[in-house]
This record gives sequence, structure tokens and C-alpha cells, in this order.
Amino acid sequence: MSIIAAQGIPSSLSGTRWQRRKLVNALMLVLIVLALVVSLVPLIAVLAYVVINGLPGLSGSLFTKLPRPVDVGAGGMANSMVGSLLIVGIASVLGTALGIAGGVYLAEYGHGRFAILVRFFADVLSGIPSITIGLFVYVLLVVPMKSFSALAGAVALAILMLPLVVRTTEEMLKLVPGSLREAGMALGVPRWRVVLSVMLPAAVSGIITGTLLAVARIAGETAPLLFTAFGNEFWQRSLLKPIDAVPLRLFKYAIGPYDVWHRLAQGAVLVLILFVLLLSVGARYYAGRNRLQRP
Amino acid sequence: MADGGDTNLMAQATPRRGSFTRAGRGNGERIFRAVVTAAAALVLVIVVGLGIDLVWESRQAIAQFGFGFLTSQRWDPVHQRFGALPYIFGTVVTSLIAIALALFIGVGTALFLTELAPERLKTPLATLVELLAAIPSVVYGLWGIFVLAPFLRSTVEPFLHNTLGFIPLFSGPQIGLGLLAGGVILGIMILPTVAAISRDVIRVVPREQREAAYALGATRWEVIAGVVLPYARSGILGAVILGLGRALGETIAVTMVIGGRPQITHSLFSLGYTIAAVIANEFTEATYQLYLSSLFELGLILLLITMLLNVCARLLVWRITRGAPGTVTV
Repeated sequence: MSIIAAQGIPSSLSGTRWQRRKLVNALMLVLIVLALVVSLVPLIAVLAYVVINGLPGLSGSLFTKLPRPVDVGAGGMANSMVGSLLIVGIASVLGTALGIAGGVYLAEYGHGRFAILVRFFADVLSGIPSITIGLFVYVLLVVPMKSFSALAGAVALAILMLPLVVRTTEEMLKLVPGSLREAGMALGVPRWRVVLSVMLPAAVSGIITGTLLAVARIAGETAPLLFTAFGNEFWQRSLLKPIDAVPLRLFKYAIGPYDVWHRLAQGAVLVLILFVLLLSVGARYYAGRNRLQRP
Repeated sequence: MADGGDTNLMAQATPRRGSFTRAGRGNGERIFRAVVTAAAALVLVIVVGLGIDLVWESRQAIAQFGFGFLTSQRWDPVHQRFGALPYIFGTVVTSLIAIALALFIGVGTALFLTELAPERLKTPLATLVELLAAIPSVVYGLWGIFVLAPFLRSTVEPFLHNTLGFIPLFSGPQIGLGLLAGGVILGIMILPTVAAISRDVIRVVPREQREAAYALGATRWEVIAGVVLPYARSGILGAVILGLGRALGETIAVTMVIGGRPQITHSLFSLGYTIAAVIANEFTEATYQLYLSSLFELGLILLLITMLLNVCARLLVWRITRGAPGTVTV
């Protein structure tokens, strides 16, 4: 009977040992719920701060004016926004094209040791600190070209994006039923044509989701741009000269001593976070609607 | 991208008869295969190139200081002396604070999401936690300067000082900015990584194991502590190591709240400096070759540590989930 009691048969609910186990259970479950609550606090705190302080900072001049010396008035970040769009745009094109190609290799042709190595290095690359990627691109492009440039910034961000797109593309292609590929091949269509016309279209929604998430990730990056895009205070037409980006200017303004700068930074932070979250939430929503089922 | 790929995409709707001939197929296939293989190889080239590059650029500092670089406390650009110890110290301390915070909260969150949450709430809650990872570093930094640091200075640090002040860690002037602020910010930033990977490895604990324990009369916590956590242990370790790697290399947010003073102290309240932060702050101001080379060597140290941690973590997590994709790419 005592063995049964220890195992929690209802008739023994009054036993002290069972009481203690129940108490420990309740306590730990409360702690687990608490952990979730605590992990949601920063999200809410950061978003609330950004919205509350960012709204007053939003103004037309933020989007239309150039940065100005502090004693001349507030100015804006128009050039930083255009610069960010340029850098992120070029990086997205590079990162997506190369990433999808690499993912196709892993999913369709990658069966050997080389593929395992690539897969592993892609994971390693996604864990490499973004600032060292900035150093790498500095040596690779900035030193030979003798100038910081939008191009160098874009390459640094593309490198950050590459492993994410490679792995997403691979995973999404692997979810496409093999029978589709076999049907195509059975019609005598060459494999590469099957990949382009059958496999990729079937996996496209998942790939788009993964790519959007990767773009959202790089859009807010600052560290890799410090020694590549560098930043400036005026309109830059050339892709081969230093260019400004929103995160760079935010970094400068937030650690600067002037209230004018802080106000501008808080307005711009709202813009940045809206951009990033829209991309990120949009991607998830899109994925939710078009989810490929695992076979 | 290759010409072959583009033109063929355009022609995809109406494949011409000729393209199925043996010769055409061979060529297209060969070109396509070469292109995608090259793209895959690019990943390897970048990682290897990055390593070689940093070693090469830091050769001067390595030749000049040798291992003394790692043990010297003196970082003095004016007299051309460079030692990394204060930066290594700051990096390790902030990362340890971050891990301590993220481990308990992250694993707790993962347990809630897998074991306790009602089915309807699982996905939305997981998405919310993952959104933490979507917030850019510079935004955390801004929030850290204007909200977190003042809060630490006015509330948390006095509280710790008054209750635990006898421990040297919690003594000294309360500034707000500094090692503690850096650690807390990092903890928040790596929390989604730890939570998401822990959730993935906890999810693959076989259902039968849980049910067997429940059938023996175990309470929910006893199932978690006796079955789920032991089964997922090495995967959670992997999650923590991945988080640690991320914390070590995180730059901008820490740079903004760490205070920027290279010193080794006993108090968590004091200002500090990290490897990534000093590279960010001083790289474009380095005026001579040895200075630049020393900063590259700092980058190399960072790269080697994070790569090592990453390789260990990936192996641990891969073994558990057998390479199955997580729901987030981290």
C-alpha cells in the first residue's frame, strides 16, 4: 500500500510526502510561467520606449533634411535613410542570389562530404561576430579601393545574410515532395530545368519568408558598416564613396551629448524598428498562410 | 549569377524541343551545376578567407608582443604598447552575466512553450519571444543608455549594494553604465537564441518517455526534471554555448552601455570595455600600423573563440535534432 501511496494514487492524497511533491510541483510551474513573463518584459519595455519617445521625434524634416551642425538646428536624416535603402538593397540582391544558388546546391546536388562541410561552415558563418566581417571586408574592399563605400557596406551585409538564405533555401527545397521532381525528370526534362521550373516555384513562399527575415536582420546592423560604409553628412551619389546609414547615425547620435541629437535619434529609431518589425512580422504572417506541409 | 541561369529562367514556360537533345542537356546541366556549386563553395571561401585575413593583418602585433598580448594590461597607443587583458576581462564578465540571466529565463521559457502552454498560445508566444531577436542592436543600445542604465543606477544597483554589498562584486560606486549594464543587455539579446534552441531540443524528447513517467505517477515538474531536462541536457548546453558565442561578439549595444574604460575590477558596477567595443571605437582612429595590427589581433581572438564555441555547440545541437531545421535560423 505504501508503494502505491508514493506513486500518487488518489486515495493517498493526504500523505505528507505527496503534499510536498505537489508543493514543489506548483512552485516550479509558477517559476516557469514567471520565466516566460520575464522574457516578454524587455520586448514590451523596448517597444513602449521606442513608440512613446519616438512619436514626438517624428517630423517631416527627419525624412527630408540633411544632418546639420548642432548649433544650426535639428536637421534630419534623409541621406542616412537613402543610404540605408541603397546598402540594404544591394546586399539583399547579392545575398539572395548567391544564397539561393548555394541552397539549391545543398538540396539538389549536395550528397557528399563537400556538402556536409558547406552546411557546417554556413552554420559557423552565421555565428561569426558581425564586426569581424566588417574587418574582413575592410581588408578585402576598402583598402584596395582606397575608400569606404556603399559597395563595401553592402558586401559586408550580404555576407551576413548569405548563410541564412542558404540554409532556408535548402530546408524549403527539401520539403517539396520528391514525386514532383521525379515527375519532371520522367518527362525527360533535364535536372536543372526541373529545379528552376518545378522545385523552386514550389518552395518559393518559404524561401521568400526566410529571405525577408534575413533582410530584416541585416537592415538594423551597425557594426559591419562602421569600417565599410563609414557614414557621411551629405548626399552621396557614388556607390564607391563613403555613405551614411540609419544605424550608423543612430549610434553616433545616441552616444553624443546633445539633446537635439537624442530627439532625432529617438524619432529615427521608431522608423527603423517599424521597418524591421514590419518585414519580420510580415514574413511570419506570409509563412503562416502559405506553409508547405512536411511530407 | 550565371548567364545560363537567367536566360533559361525566361525560357522556362515553353521549353523548346532542341533543349532536350543530349548535347543541350549536358551543357545546361553542367553550367547550372557549376554555378550552384560555386555559390556553395563561396561560403567556405569566406570563412577560410576571413581567418587567413585576420591572421595576416595581425602578424605585426603577434610578432611584436607574442603571448604577452593576451596577458598585458597596458593598452597605450601613445607609447605603442598593446595588451588585451582588460578587454578579454570585460568580454568574459559581460558574457557570463548574460549567460547566467539567459540560461534560467531562456530554458524556463522553452519549458513553458513546450510543456505548459495551451496549444493555441504556443505559436504566438514563441513568435513574441523570437521578435526580441529582430530588434536591432543599436536600438537595444539606445534603450540601454536612456532606460536601463538609469534604472540600474537608481534601483537595482543600490538594492544589490544594500543586500549583497559584503560581496566585492556588488560594492563600489553605482554608475548605471558599466559591466552590469552590458551583461544585462547581452542577456536580453541572447535570450531568444537560448529559448528557441532549447525549445527545439526539448520538443524532440520522445513522447513515450514523458508518458511513461506520468504513468508512474510523476507530477509535471518531476517529468520535466526527471525526464525532459536530462534527455535535452546536451542540446541545452549547445544552446547556451551558441548564446555565449553570440554574446562575446555582440558589438554595438555593449559599446553604448559599457562605459569604455579598459580596467580590471572586482565590482560589476564599474565601467569596463569589451573586445568588440574597442574595435568599434578605435579602428577608424588607429593612426599607425602596429595599432591597427593590434586591433586586428583582437578581432582574431574574437573570431577564434566564437568559432570554437560555435563548432562545439553545433555538434551538440546537431546530434540531438539530427540536423533537423529549427523553426528559427540563429
